[in-house]
Amino acid sequence: MSAPVRIRPVAPSRLLPTSPQPEDLAAHVAEFGPRPIVGSALIAELDRSGLVGRGGASFPVARKWLAVAGFPSGMAKPVVVADGVETEPASVKDRTLLALRPHLVFDGIQLAAEAVGATRAVLYVSRGGESLMAALAKAQRERPGGEVYVEITGAPTRYVAGEETAVVNRLNGRTARPSVVPPRPFEAGVGRRPTLVNNVETLAHVALIARRGAAWFRQVGTAGSPGTALVTVCGGVHAPGLREIAFGQTVGDTVEAAGGPTSEAGAVLLGGYFGTWIDARGAWPLVLDHEALRAVGASLGAGVIGVLPRSACGVAETDRIIGFLARESAGQCGPCHVGLPAVSELLHSVTLGRAGQRSLETLARWASEIYGRGACRHPDGATMLLRSALSVFADDAGRHARGHPCGASRRAPILPTPALPAGWR
Amino acid sequence: MSLQPPRPPAGQRLRVDPILCKAHAVCAELFPERIRLDDWGYPIIDDRPIPPDLMPHARRAVADCPRAALRFAESTEPGVHSRGPD
Repeated sequence: MSAPVRIRPVAPSRLLPTSPQPEDLAAHVAEFGPRPIVGSALIAELDRSGLVGRGGASFPVARKWLAVAGFPSGMAKPVVVADGVETEPASVKDRTLLALRPHLVFDGIQLAAEAVGATRAVLYVSRGGESLMAALAKAQRERPGGEVYVEITGAPTRYVAGEETAVVNRLNGRTARPSVVPPRPFEAGVGRRPTLVNNVETLAHVALIARRGAAWFRQVGTAGSPGTALVTVCGGVHAPGLREIAFGQTVGDTVEAAGGPTSEAGAVLLGGYFGTWIDARGAWPLVLDHEALRAVGASLGAGVIGVLPRSACGVAETDRIIGFLARESAGQCGPCHVGLPAVSELLHSVTLGRAGQRSLETLARWASEIYGRGACRHPDGATMLLRSALSVFADDAGRHARGHPCGASRRAPILPTPALPAGWR
Repeated sequence: MSLQPPRPPAGQRLRVDPILCKAHAVCAELFPERIRLDDWGYPIIDDRPIPPDLMPHARRAVADCPRAALRFAESTEPGVHSRGPD
């Protein structure tokens, strides 16, 4: 596999404004120009741009739009859903983008609606940010006439609520839990209509590609992973928070852009809580490119990079995250809602040094048995994280399992794990 | 979806709907050649196509699932994880 070509190591700001002031419509038009009318021709342009979804699964955007636009549905016109449900505990990219540049997302929604022929649109955002909802409503009142009306709806803050079948279920009045596919949203979505669910950052990129074209989009990034992406850097760095990266830059470049490590880094959690641990030495030169990451069994996911100091305990960090993910199971599929709590309980006793030598073998077996057996990918994400922890922190986990937990396992957490799950409605 | 599928030809695979399945474990009793249980009693299904000599057992397991969670899938039909979320 050839190494991706690094075109520009440092990302330009395409999505992130330099000012922390929310952009109103006048400022938005002054910055980007008016929204063009492109219609269904935009789908071919998106195909040429190579844009893939920024919600976590990196699915080609043009293919998704084609599936919705081309689905034979008779009288039922498609629905566009902008997915701004951001339940990854460390991630701030979607809410920040919505707060600072709401009109870029509204432009993307309109462009999507016009391209696939949708007559209904929903902007679906995590509840809890009531000021964000109010700001979005204000931005919406500024929109020009003649556009598809965008319903702004709040989602429960459950980890899987942004998964696209969970989105469709909630917008259909059910709880925000995933369902078995097929049918996928493009076949039977909101109101059983063909439904396009795109992450809000994805739609903001669409708004720029519609104005500037696919060739412009590809000026930055790698051939296989063009463009920029919003990434939240958290954990042991001097300046944690949101960064815009260009694909092709390394994990190390990105951590340095967040002020660098506060102390020697031991490991990096790449891709958030559905992600994988990578030893810091291996992570630093790793190029942010979908194919390069896939080659090492990793992914950028929804764009969270967590830095763990070498002095911290990776076993205890993973224990807390797995506990969080077990609590966040939708409670539908046995291997997830029975299996993950069992994993969590055993891993916790490993952390405390009370589990016994065989416990690591049991955890490894459970991880491989649970993988792939849920309706959604929640159990897959949790077990991938566990497997990477058992490998990257193997020495430390072995000491814990032999009854010698490290002192660091009792220190304050580096990565956040919200305690109390909210409801599902 | 009919509860009694027309006799499917050999070469098909078994799939379980993980939301419907409530660990009755009937399938693993009827078709242990291809279905075993995890530590909590939920079925782990061998994804290989079923050869003709095992099809009677597979059909019985599908027909007798108390939750109608077990079914045949076309060998080209994607699994629950082939979807493309954003």
